[in-house]
Amino acid sequence: MSDNNSVAFVRTETLPQLPPPASQAGAIKWMRENLFSNIPNSILTLVALYVIYLVVSGAFPWIANGIWNTDSLAECRDILDGATGACFSVLTERWNQLLFGFSYPSEFYWRPGLAFLLLFAAAAPVMFFDLPRKMLLFTGIYPFLAYWLIWGGTVYTPLFALLGVVIGYFVYARYVKDSFAMGFFGGVIAAFIAWFIGGYIVGIIAPAEPMLEAVQSRDMGGFMLNMTLGVVCVSLSLPLGIVLALGRQSDMPIIKWICIIFIEFIRGVPLITLLFVANVVLAYFLPPGTTFDLILRVIIMITMFSAAYIAEVIRGGLAALPKGQYEAGDSLGLDYAQAMRLIILPQALKISIPGIVNVAVGLFKDTTLVSVISMFDLVGMIRGPILSSTDWNGVYWELFMAASVLFFVVCYGISQYSQWLERRLATDHR
Amino acid sequence: MTSVTDPPQGSFRLSMLINDTRYRSYTFQFIALILLISFMAYLGINLVSNLAAQGLNISFGFLADPAGYDINQRLIEYDSQSSHLRAAVVGIINTLIVAFLACVTATIFGVIAGVLRLSNNWVVRKLMAFYVEIFRNIPVLIWIIIIFSIMTVAMPAPRDFRGEDPTASMLFDSFAFTNRGVYSPAPVLDGVSGWIVIAVFVASIIGIVAYRKYATKKLYDTGQLLPMLWPSVALFFVPALLVFFILGRPISLDYPSLQGFNFQDGLHLRGSLIALWFALAIYTGAFIAENVRAGIQAISKGQTEAAASLGLRPSRIMNLVILPQALRVIIPPLISQYLNITKNSSLAIAVGYMDVTSTLGGITLNQTGRAIECILLLMLFYLTISLLISGVMNLYNNSVKLKER
Repeated sequence: MSDNNSVAFVRTETLPQLPPPASQAGAIKWMRENLFSNIPNSILTLVALYVIYLVVSGAFPWIANGIWNTDSLAECRDILDGATGACFSVLTERWNQLLFGFSYPSEFYWRPGLAFLLLFAAAAPVMFFDLPRKMLLFTGIYPFLAYWLIWGGTVYTPLFALLGVVIGYFVYARYVKDSFAMGFFGGVIAAFIAWFIGGYIVGIIAPAEPMLEAVQSRDMGGFMLNMTLGVVCVSLSLPLGIVLALGRQSDMPIIKWICIIFIEFIRGVPLITLLFVANVVLAYFLPPGTTFDLILRVIIMITMFSAAYIAEVIRGGLAALPKGQYEAGDSLGLDYAQAMRLIILPQALKISIPGIVNVAVGLFKDTTLVSVISMFDLVGMIRGPILSSTDWNGVYWELFMAASVLFFVVCYGISQYSQWLERRLATDHR
Repeated sequence: MTSVTDPPQGSFRLSMLINDTRYRSYTFQFIALILLISFMAYLGINLVSNLAAQGLNISFGFLADPAGYDINQRLIEYDSQSSHLRAAVVGIINTLIVAFLACVTATIFGVIAGVLRLSNNWVVRKLMAFYVEIFRNIPVLIWIIIIFSIMTVAMPAPRDFRGEDPTASMLFDSFAFTNRGVYSPAPVLDGVSGWIVIAVFVASIIGIVAYRKYATKKLYDTGQLLPMLWPSVALFFVPALLVFFILGRPISLDYPSLQGFNFQDGLHLRGSLIALWFALAIYTGAFIAENVRAGIQAISKGQTEAAASLGLRPSRIMNLVILPQALRVIIPPLISQYLNITKNSSLAIAVGYMDVTSTLGGITLNQTGRAIECILLLMLFYLTISLLISGVMNLYNNSVKLKER
């Protein structure tokens, strides 16, 4: 056949690639697929774009025309002269009240500020496991350091409190080899004895002029109060929640029922009623004559509240573990405490992390409720002293926007961290 | 053989209470019980001595005393001479009203936003993600106060509606948005015949449900497909409208009108109610949107593909395969969101909406000074509601549980 000269035409070289049709490439293709794939979709797109246009065209001139450097609303309105614009000068003039409350001494603002910065250093090794484990030492010291920075007073109080914890830990480490219960209770008792003795010693050696001047709890306010309540209550409620969850799963009927009643009661009532309890009722249940800081009472109540929720999250984690894990612990001959510490809890807590973070974010948002019992947190400051002052009576949106931005940044940050952690801890390779 | 399985015999020693696992749990429970009882006793003794020192006692007699304050929103007869108990009941009704309204609205917002978050339209998807993130991450108290400020500060005063050239006007001549609340037309029933129309309407809704059940049964039994849509629509409108016109329009609308310095007649929704209602609805709607999205995404793609390969149409796939499975995932968290709405409605006290927290836990408490009794009753109320709702949830969970071995 090949010696026949009538060869059909066969192209020997490939053609250069043509660009795809204009409607199938680049931005147009993307828009056709994502925005205008069919008629309802196109209508949705147009409606959405219109909504976005409304919001942006309403908010942009207001923000862009914002006035940042006046002393009162009247002055700001004079400068604006009828034009649309925000009076952000309330933020520049009252930023200290928004962040620290109206009676925290202004020369000490650096103290809560420093405590806030150190919080990142203390939280980092807990949040990111790749960091050197030695940093956990600072996390252990941090609560006492932060207390000293924020409340001030003699350095010996937090020092002796820390000492008590250290003594308790050593006693625990000494006896835990015999039995966990003995180590645990021994440690707790030792710590309490150390604190008791330390309290007397501090009373004797406390200098009249401490290095950091003491600040009363009632002077705390603003966003600092929200942060303090949030951080303290979440960290306290985590261990309490674990104990409650284990108690609810326990075989011992009395302990189980105590935990169930506690959890269901707390979860069944709104936080605000618990805050009322802290505000007006709790005093009736304390020995006559004891005065108890309102912040401390609120911390107790919020901690109980979030502990009940965290307990339910952890119970979910415990229930999700296959029964084989419990049996494996038993068959290795581990006792209850060992099985829980070494096998069950590490896995159950890992599953519960997203839920715990959700509770933490919710709790942080709920700290604004203290404004209802007339504590001056961020919302309380805005509604109370700032909006009722003659200078700034009527600056609603700027202040609420500032509060919203502060809360959004913190809460969104935490939830993004939780999603990262979930991906990081996903070991099931799906 | 018995010597292996039997526990070691021997006399009981005291140390076995700690070291022997057979007795240890009893020891722990005994210690816990003792600690609990002594803690309670400690609190009780403190309470008694504190009350004695202040000359107080625990009694609920104050509930029968005249309350002496007014409640601006009331569905049952109430005036300032009514008892504290009646004030509390008015508050409970107000709580239930706002909780119900917010639950319905939040479900609508949440389902729409949750479904649209899965849309393949990029702009809509991002817009809904924006909505969810903004509203979830800002405290509900701030939302309540913002909407309350909008209602009271940004809305025109009733006098702006007056005169030849008013600066504000009513929407469709029937809705007035003022800084004293929203005025809207109110339906007025004209005696018995009005109720007959409503009864017919309810009966036709029951009829629709019954017809759909019957059609489904017929489909499964005989394979015969009865029309669903148009009989439902017809049943919905025709009987009620027919009766409405036969009885001579017994239901009319009462339009609000400007009289003197304020609007009269019509339905008056106060700014505090609207603030609480919408803030709870959009805030919780964002959470519900996430639940809905998670529920739909939890159904594996294989289910859709399996249904499609059986030859089902897309609408049938959604109704018969995806939704029944997704609802099993969605409904439990949805009900706990309803629970959250009910509990969060106690924030009414921040904007002066007279719910049970503001009446019983607010004014009554302050007037009588009976803090313990008031807060106890308040907690009992919320606890009852919560337990009721969780009871319903458990019933539902049991009814939809996957039937396994």
